Amino acid sequence: MKKTFNGRIVVCGEASAKAVVSRQGFNTLASFQKSLLAKKTDAVCSDQNNPDLYNKPMAHMALCLPQSIGSTTGGLVFLTASAMGAAPACLLFSEPIDSLAAAGAILSDVWTQNSMPTVDSLGQDFLDFVKDGMQVSVAMDGTVTVSD
Amino acid sequence: MYLTDEEKNILAGGQGEVMAKIMKTLVMYGDTFHADRFVDVTGPGGHLVTSFGVSIMTAMFDVMNEIINAGIKTKTPFTVDPRPTDNKNVPSNLIQMIVARVMYGKQKDYEEQLKKLGLKNDQSFTCTCYMEEVGNIPARGDVLSWAESSAVVYANSVLGARCNRNSAFIDIFGAITGRVPNFGLLLDEERRASWVIEVRTAHTPEAQILGSAIGLKVMEKVPFIKGLSGFLGHELTDDAKAYLKDMGAASASNGAVGLFHVEGLTPEAKDLKDALIRENPKVYVIDDAEMERVKNSYPVMWQNPDAAPKLCFIGCPHLSVHQLISWTERLEKSLASANRKKICVKTVFTAAPDVLAAFALTPFDARLRATGARLSYICPLMYMNNPKSKNLPVITNSNKLRTYTNSRYYTDDEICSLIIKGAAL
Repeated sequence: MKKTFNGRIVVCGEASAKAVVSRQGFNTLASFQKSLLAKKTDAVCSDQNNPDLYNKPMAHMALCLPQSIGSTTGGLVFLTASAMGAAPACLLFSEPIDSLAAAGAILSDVWTQNSMPTVDSLGQDFLDFVKDGMQVSVAMDGTVTVSD
Repeated sequence: MYLTDEEKNILAGGQGEVMAKIMKTLVMYGDTFHADRFVDVTGPGGHLVTSFGVSIMTAMFDVMNEIINAGIKTKTPFTVDPRPTDNKNVPSNLIQMIVARVMYGKQKDYEEQLKKLGLKNDQSFTCTCYMEEVGNIPARGDVLSWAESSAVVYANSVLGARCNRNSAFIDIFGAITGRVPNFGLLLDEERRASWVIEVRTAHTPEAQILGSAIGLKVMEKVPFIKGLSGFLGHELTDDAKAYLKDMGAASASNGAVGLFHVEGLTPEAKDLKDALIRENPKVYVIDDAEMERVKNSYPVMWQNPDAAPKLCFIGCPHLSVHQLISWTERLEKSLASANRKKICVKTVFTAAPDVLAAFALTPFDARLRATGARLSYICPLMYMNNPKSKNLPVITNSNKLRTYTNSRYYTDDEICSLIIKGAAL
C-alpha cells in the first residue's frame, strides 16, 4: 500500500529511507547524546523516556515525529550528527516544526555538506499511517510518499 | 520576511561571506516561523547554551573558527552555560578524570573561542545567568537572543522578557547581528495560554514533579497555572523565584515549555489575569494522585536498582544563594535529628561561580561544608555524560538531570533522608 502526503518544505531536498517513528515529542539531546559521544555514525536512540524509539537506529533513517522537545542544544546536536554522517536521512514532522529542530535542519543545510531534507505539517494522518520499516521518499516539492 | 536594505546587503555578502551565512540562517529560521521582520535584541547581554569543548564536536569548532577568523564578535558581552569539569570539588577517580580530559579535550580551546567572540568574563559559566550575583538580568519586555531551556523559560515567565526557545548557534547569531526574527514568544498573542493547569494538591507540590507533569502534558504550549500562588504567595520572593526556576527547568526539559504564567504571581499573569488565557483552553488537573503517578512513571536506569547511592547532585539548574542557605539549615536540622555530624553520601551542591563567591562571604559556607557537602560550579549533566560516570548510582533532586542521564530522581525530603542515612529508600 502506498500513500502520499503533502506538507511544507523547511529544508528542500530529496531523500529515500526506511521510516523510524516517534509518536511522542522527540528529545534530540537525550536521543543522540550517547551515540555522538561514542562517535558512532550508526546512531541509535538513547532516550529512556521514548519507548517508541529507545535503542532503535536513527542514522540514515526517515525520522517521523510530531515535534522535537528538550534541551536547546537540540539544533547543535543535529548539526553535529549531520557533520559526522550520523544524522537521519530526512526529518518529517506531522505538526508544524519546533524552533530547535528547525534550527538543526537549517544549520545543517547552511553550514555543512550534509543537508537533511525537512518537511513539516504533514498531519496526524501521516503519523497514524507510517510505521517503523516502511519505505519513505521525499521529493523536491515536499511530497512525502510512504509505502509498505 | 521583510528585510531592511541593511539586512538585504548583509544577506548578499556586503559584510562578508560569513555574515551572509549567519544572516541566511536567521532568515531561513524566521521564514520557517512566518516572522514578519527582524526586531532588535535588547537587555544586558546574550546567553549561550554551549559551554563544553567536546572533542568530537568538530562542526561546532569549525563554525566558531569561521566566525572568529572573519573578525566577527557579539554586539554585547554574553554569559554561557556551566563548565563540564571540576576535578577539585567533584568526586572523580583517576579513570573518570582521564576520560573527562579526553572527552572535553577541546575545553581550553573552546573557551578561547568564546573569549574572542565576546564572553563577559572567566566567571560567566552558569545556567542561571539571571542571578543578581551574575548580573545578566533582562528587564520586562527586553528581547533576548538566549538559549539554555531553563534560562529561557525563567526569563520569559518570571522576568517577563521575550525570548524564543532558541537553539545553540541561533543564540550566537542573534547576539552577533543584534536582531532576532519576530515570531513566537516575542508576540503578545503567542504569549497567551492554551492550557489551564489546576493545582489541587493538599500541600505545596514538589516543584520538579509539577514542572515535569506540566511539560509532559502541554509540550511546547503555554500553560496558565492556577492554584499555585496559594502556596507560593503573590510576590516573587527568593523562595518563589527558586521554586519557579526549578519548576520551569523541569517543564522545559520534560516537555518544551518556553513560557508559563502563574495566576497572581508572575508579571504578565498579575497584569492581564484571565485575559492571558485563549478561548476554550485545555484543562489539566494536578492533584496528589497525579503527582504520584507522574513520579512513579520515571524509569530507574541504574544497573542495580537496589544499589546504595554513591553520589548526589543538587543544583541543576544552578542554585541561588538563598537555596544554598536553605539547604544548609535543612541539612543541619536533619543531621541533628538523626544524631549525626556528617552526611554519608558524597553530595555536590552546584551554583554559578559568582554565586559561590557571594555564598563564601556568608557564615553558611563553612556550615554547609561542615556537613560534608561540597560546592562546585560544574554542570552535573556534563559530569554524567562521562562514560565512566554514567553507570554510577547517582541521585538528584533535578528532573532535568534525570531526563538526560541515568541519575535517579528523588524529592527534596527523600534526598535529605538518603544522604544522611545512606541507604536506599
